[in-house]
Amino acid sequence: MALLSIEDVCVSYGKAEAVRHVSLKVERGQIVTVIGPNGAGKTSLLTTAIGMIPSTGVIKCDGQDITRLDTESRVEMGFCLVPERRELFAEMSVHDNLRLGAYSRRDGKAAIQQSMDEVFARFPRLKERLSQHAGTLSGGERQMLALGRALMAKPKLLMLDEPSLGLAPLITREIFRIIASLRELGVSILLIEQNARAALETADFGYVMEVGEIVHSGPAATLIDDPRLISTYLGGGAD
Amino acid sequence: MNSQIAAILTIDGIASGAIYVLIAIGFVLIFAVTRIIFVPFGDVTAFTALTLASLEGKQLPGTIGMVAVLAALATLMEIFGLWRADELKRIPRALFFYLVLPLAPAAVIWLTSGTLLPAAARIVLTVAVILPIAPLLNRIVYRPIADSTVLVLLIVSVALHFALSGLGLLFFGPEGVRTESLIDYTAIIAGTPVSGQAMLIVASAIFFSFLLYLFFNYTLYGKALYATSINRTGARLMGIRPQQSGTIAFLVGSLMAAASGILIAPVNTIFYDSGFIIGLKAFVGAIIGGMVSFPVTAIGSAFVGILESFAAFLSSQFKEVIVFSVLIPVLLWRSYTLVHAEEEDDE
Repeated sequence: MALLSIEDVCVSYGKAEAVRHVSLKVERGQIVTVIGPNGAGKTSLLTTAIGMIPSTGVIKCDGQDITRLDTESRVEMGFCLVPERRELFAEMSVHDNLRLGAYSRRDGKAAIQQSMDEVFARFPRLKERLSQHAGTLSGGERQMLALGRALMAKPKLLMLDEPSLGLAPLITREIFRIIASLRELGVSILLIEQNARAALETADFGYVMEVGEIVHSGPAATLIDDPRLISTYLGGGAD
Repeated sequence: MNSQIAAILTIDGIASGAIYVLIAIGFVLIFAVTRIIFVPFGDVTAFTALTLASLEGKQLPGTIGMVAVLAALATLMEIFGLWRADELKRIPRALFFYLVLPLAPAAVIWLTSGTLLPAAARIVLTVAVILPIAPLLNRIVYRPIADSTVLVLLIVSVALHFALSGLGLLFFGPEGVRTESLIDYTAIIAGTPVSGQAMLIVASAIFFSFLLYLFFNYTLYGKALYATSINRTGARLMGIRPQQSGTIAFLVGSLMAAASGILIAPVNTIFYDSGFIIGLKAFVGAIIGGMVSFPVTAIGSAFVGILESFAAFLSSQFKEVIVFSVLIPVLLWRSYTLVHAEEEDDE
């Protein structure tokens, strides 16, 4: 049974339809990517998956209908979204940001401290900046903090919205390396990216979205060699 | 005016300023977390004083009826909401938090009515019965419109103040009250008498401010509250419910308002509608702090108290005029010197 299954979902802002009859699945342990140009409705899709904007259709987690659950309940179920704008707590320290990442967990101090140590092992920079305010970090460090904070929640499904946005190429590569390495934790990832090549190289399965609809889908390794996609999204030799 | 009079006025001013500090910090706290300017906050202070006076007079305070009505309304709304969201399994929890918990202190007061309890017990019961009022009002009035603009929330707050004030007249009657002095002691410091009550008020303001500092810096709920106030979306993505943060903010704020009510009751005569003017003066302090800074709010409120005390001595008719006139230069100064915090954009 799929960890996340989105069935025939539509999102509209007033009369404008941002997402039209989209269905997709994320299996356990899989990295799934949705690629497509600006304004294709990718962010709206993630935002409705976490329950921040209403939609029609059905969203299921492990077969259970969660369409009517609020965002906080979905977070408690193990969903975690790292939005495009990161949404860090700028005036709070790196430590407090990470600690609040584990807010919905109820498994005790020791387990949370252990997760924090794991985050530091993955992002040694965060440990150096522990007492610094999140707002004073560089762009790359902020993205690391956003990822670290998300991992503190021990999510079942991690949803990443444009994790490479606004980052230097070298840091982008580092971020994708980290995303790929999360596979060993058994966390499923739904990744949204404009950097299609990097996304498809990381993912197991890919969907292509255009003006609110899914126009292609398939195993990432197949999509990356698809001539139709190469000309539209992969032509310029991204990354 | 000689230096002795100035010293007496200053001490008096600091004592009333400390009362405003307690209320103003509550204003800032509630605004930061919920974006609500909770105008009826002063009413909570007045109702505390009136409740304590009723208990001293061995009467049943009107607060009980008020809490019962509010708890019943909030429970109905909560159950209806859970039923619509198809989360029936959360109903027992809702019953506990919205009905049993708020009504427990009211029940104790009702059962012990007619007997004069010891002073400490009266104060504890008064605070306990007052605490749920603001969080219940939040549930009933503000939560359904939580996503409205600050202006709409403010207009609703003003309306709510008038409603509460009317209820105050209904439940407590038009007579003013003054409670027993908490402490009968006067120290002479450098030739100036300082009343024990004034010292108690200032000590309480410091104590509660310190408590709040500990709460924000060393507890998870405190941090969650702070997180909600700086980034609502980010907090929701961590599973922090803004509604829950709001309830905690209203509870903590109410605790401070109740403390101020207990402290002011022996020194000022309090009527059912005294809360508004007390709240307004505290609000001036909160404005000096820009509705964001707790330390500047505390300094601003103490300043309002001292200014009021001197103004009352120099020209008692113009006391309020002078205090509220301060708002204009303060607002000008703030609008010239501060970088405006953008109103939170909705994604």
